Amino acid sequence: MIADFTRTILAAGVTTLLLAFASLMVAIVLGLIAAYCKLSRSFLLRACAQIYTFVVRGIPDLVVILLVYYSVPAVLNQLGDNAGFEVRVEFSPLFAGVATLGLIFGAYMTETFKTALINIPKGQIEAAVAYGLRPRRVFTHIVLPQMIRLALPGFTNNWLVLVKATALVSLIGLQDVMFRAKGAAEATGKPFTFYLIAAGFYLVVTIISMLILAMIARRFERGIREITS
Amino acid sequence: MNWDIIVENLGLYAAGAKLTLLLTVVSLALSFFIAVPLALARNSPSPLLRYPVFVYTLIFRGTPLLVQLFLIYFGLAQFELVRTSIVWPWLSSPLVCVLIAFVMNTTAYSTEIFAGGLRHIPFGEVEAARAYGMSPLTRARRILIPAMLTRSLPLYGNETIMMLQATSLASTVTLLEITGVARNITLTYYVQFEPYATAAMIYLVFTFILVGLFQLVERRWAGYLEHRVG
Repeated sequence: MIADFTRTILAAGVTTLLLAFASLMVAIVLGLIAAYCKLSRSFLLRACAQIYTFVVRGIPDLVVILLVYYSVPAVLNQLGDNAGFEVRVEFSPLFAGVATLGLIFGAYMTETFKTALINIPKGQIEAAVAYGLRPRRVFTHIVLPQMIRLALPGFTNNWLVLVKATALVSLIGLQDVMFRAKGAAEATGKPFTFYLIAAGFYLVVTIISMLILAMIARRFERGIREITS
Repeated sequence: MNWDIIVENLGLYAAGAKLTLLLTVVSLALSFFIAVPLALARNSPSPLLRYPVFVYTLIFRGTPLLVQLFLIYFGLAQFELVRTSIVWPWLSSPLVCVLIAFVMNTTAYSTEIFAGGLRHIPFGEVEAARAYGMSPLTRARRILIPAMLTRSLPLYGNETIMMLQATSLASTVTLLEITGVARNITLTYYVQFEPYATAAMIYLVFTFILVGLFQLVERRWAGYLEHRVG
């Protein structure tokens, strides 16, 4: 019996990882946009990015999830009613989860990417422009490879926090590892066993992520000499 | 929009805010006193001290706080031995379980932050303390701990904000802190936007105050590091 429930819990690992990867993609895109906004010359763009990161980081993840899942559809429906439309907006837990975690970790990625961008020597970009490289090629050939190296420690940290934050989406009904563990715990009266299995899943994902990202970091640090004290 | 409901229930929010602050302050205060010695142990030359602390921080930083909380609050009841023991009246209370989970979780993060600060202390300072003939205890008290704490202030400030926000998980085990209050109001009045928005505003204000506080503290106690940060 325990083996059956364990299989069901671990099978939901696909959902957890899907949610984590999809949110990561949204977060990377939002983070890149907001990081460029924060470094832009326009006051308006800088202010918008600043408000975005401050507000999102100042509200608990759980509250943002509840806001996106319950409040946003309610407000949209009310607006629709006022305008005389007969539509009911409702989000699926997966969509709400990806949107929320993408939004939250986009704010964390913004800081990581911004610091990395600042630390790329300006002369290199000037040299690339002087060689006549188009903006897109400056980004893919000069900025991106160095940004990956400089942003990787912060990125690793954000990813590890993101994987753990996916557990919160079980609270709005997404059938992930945590949700299935809760189901198994309630069905069998063995909560400790099944929450421990869930904990083991997250721990294994964390350790594997750390190993893979450390390997990537070594790859991108080739040829970099660091002062060691 | 129906903000009258919020105004009518401001008392509930005030009580919720009080509980949120209580959870934050108690968890951080308790964890601080555990994390400082653990950070020293984490950097100890003896593997017998170093590895257990490493395994503890890895486990508690590698699993979601929600799972840790559920393991303690729902999980411990699985064992007959726990249910018949004298600590059961405490362990069956959500407040105690939440505090245990929060303290163990934030201690793991704080330990790593302090241990990182410790590794950045210039070795000359420790050598000088040794040359002065300070005992290990005096060295820790006068040199290592103050230098470690001031160096980890920015990261520790982040951790306190994380802890403040993590208290929202207490609502999942029936405690009525800010998030729990908001959840209850949405269920009683069937309005979905205003209660959560109010809760979010309260957290934002608290975060804002905490950020300001840490900036003050940093200027006062870590000002001497500023020229090195550059």
